[in-house]
Amino acid sequence: MTTEPIEAKPKKVRNFALLSNRAGAAFLTPAGLLVSVFVIVPFFWVIFVSFTNRTLLGRTALNPEFVGLANYLSLFDPATFFQRGQFGFSLILTTQFVLASALLGQALLGLLLAWLIQTVPPWVKRITETFVIAAWILPEVVIGFAWFAFLDRDQGTLNMLLEGFGLPKGDFLLQQPFWVIVVFNTWRGAAFSMMLFNSAFSSIPPSYFQAADVAGASSWQKFRDIGLPLIRGHIVTDLILITMWTFNTFTPFLLTNGGPSYRTELVSIYNYRVAFQDFQFGKGAAVGVIMMLINLAFALVYLSIGRKKKVR
Amino acid sequence: MASVEFKNVTKSFGEFTAVSDVSFDIADGEFVCLLGPSGCGKTTSLRMMAGLETPTSGHILIGGQEVTHLHPKDRNIAMVFQDYALYPHMNLADNIAYPLKVRGEPVAQRHARAKQVADVLKIGHLMDRLPSQISGGQQQRTSLARALVYPAKVYLFDEPLSNLDAKLRLEARGFLNHLQRDMGMTAVYVTHDQAEAMALATRIAVMDQGHIVQFASPIEIYRRPATTFVANFVGNPPMNLVEVEGAQVEGKLALKAEGLAIAALAMTDAIGKALAASGKLTLGVRPEHLGIAQTGATNTITAPLFANENMGPESLVTIDRGDSARVTARIFTDDHLDLSKVVTLRFSTEHVHLFDSTGKRIPALGE
Repeated sequence: MTTEPIEAKPKKVRNFALLSNRAGAAFLTPAGLLVSVFVIVPFFWVIFVSFTNRTLLGRTALNPEFVGLANYLSLFDPATFFQRGQFGFSLILTTQFVLASALLGQALLGLLLAWLIQTVPPWVKRITETFVIAAWILPEVVIGFAWFAFLDRDQGTLNMLLEGFGLPKGDFLLQQPFWVIVVFNTWRGAAFSMMLFNSAFSSIPPSYFQAADVAGASSWQKFRDIGLPLIRGHIVTDLILITMWTFNTFTPFLLTNGGPSYRTELVSIYNYRVAFQDFQFGKGAAVGVIMMLINLAFALVYLSIGRKKKVR
Repeated sequence: MASVEFKNVTKSFGEFTAVSDVSFDIADGEFVCLLGPSGCGKTTSLRMMAGLETPTSGHILIGGQEVTHLHPKDRNIAMVFQDYALYPHMNLADNIAYPLKVRGEPVAQRHARAKQVADVLKIGHLMDRLPSQISGGQQQRTSLARALVYPAKVYLFDEPLSNLDAKLRLEARGFLNHLQRDMGMTAVYVTHDQAEAMALATRIAVMDQGHIVQFASPIEIYRRPATTFVANFVGNPPMNLVEVEGAQVEGKLALKAEGLAIAALAMTDAIGKALAASGKLTLGVRPEHLGIAQTGATNTITAPLFANENMGPESLVTIDRGDSARVTARIFTDDHLDLSKVVTLRFSTEHVHLFDSTGKRIPALGE
């Protein structure tokens, strides 16, 4: 055998530079300044405020005192933690909301719809996609008020329909506020899951399903044995994304104002109430920091899964 | 096993008619190849047998039973796909046993059966691998195993060998031929490779632009191609076609073309009819029926040499008659052919095929 030298690792290719370093820095500065002023500074400011008793009015508005972990301790005070209108209550409510509207509602409904439109004629599929996207791109506030109008007790579309069928009217926003926001959020977000799963299913070669057809598989068997396993990665991505979004969503506030009597007060709404209705900036900041940490955990899980995929 | 029948089947995709009023019968135990260039409707025909496409009109029968609008899963057929369609998340055992799984067979039983089939196809030792971990040839045999693992009425093959390299393709072709002899299965096999069709089929349906041009045994198609299209498609290299001017001279057929010398042929009624329509005929001679002419040969064709390719056991000699009308001869010799600039090729009149001005074969004397 000849002793050829083992080839050295290829030298790092120098990136092609569109601009000189100095020009690049100059162009980046305005954006960097904006991001610093409106994102990075507030980020640290909130962490700082969460350790003070700062309020909007009164003595502590001008001269907030450093109170250490007092805000955090009051949030996690075991005596009041699970009471309505307290942090623990809204955290549990949010968890239920995420489970019901994101994981069960959006993901399951999205998956079902995505699977169903695989088999319909192309023009039906295209029309469905168009409507779903249209619902998806509407601004949150517009949808919020549309649903508010839809569910109104006296003038609402839903009650008019129920009346038309001879069914009793209901005051849904007062009687079933939690399920109203669950249904609302499911309706709002199922489009995203559906589009994601739809494109995932479309990326599976049609011959896989045709081979299963010829082999004698039913629609359910094709879904269970071929469709589902082949889009597993997309499902994980979808679940993490919609969990994060639903956890942070504020739009249900437009429907129920967090009420009645805190029954739909999700953490984002709780945070808003504490900080901007009760004006306890210190405590509100503490809630914000905790939400940030929870989001960070989700983001880390998401990123680690993404990285694993790349390695494979 | 069962027969397959097409009755006036038409399939249109919008304006485009892929299969146009096609009728044929495939008997129980036959191995039929649908042969033709891409876009001729052969794959569409196969997919209609499988139920993956629905005919625009007409009827399809399998085993005498009307299946035109039956779902693929209710037809009890097996199919091998061009891209193999192996499930990337299942190992070979699960891939091969999948048709048994959907039939509700218990795991142990279906894996035993899968192993049995895989052993026959010499992939039994790979049952734990994923499709991505085996070679192309092994993938091809896996998809074949998945089709053979359950008893089907008809086996459908959609260009199953076209993704293999030349050597593997020959090997797989031989194996399929052996399998057909062994099992006596009814099979429909789509290919654009005439050699594959010749080697495998008991009958070949040559298709062109949605029609079946000729449906006959490989030998018949080779010996008596129905049209110039078939003549040009089957054979390697394909039949040489020379446009000639035909006329009746003293009760015989005289043919004239640049560089062509041919003795007058016996007249028949068929030739007379063709001449009545038009004197423009096409003369066909297969490359293997041409030889290098010695002086004094009667039937010859002469033109400048274009190419002289030595293939080992044979040489391909091509002459150019101008306007890229080339004539190729297969000379069976492993000697180097020393040829001059102008070459004269000879042939015998018994190997001459005649086609009329529309490209249809004129039956030879006694056909």
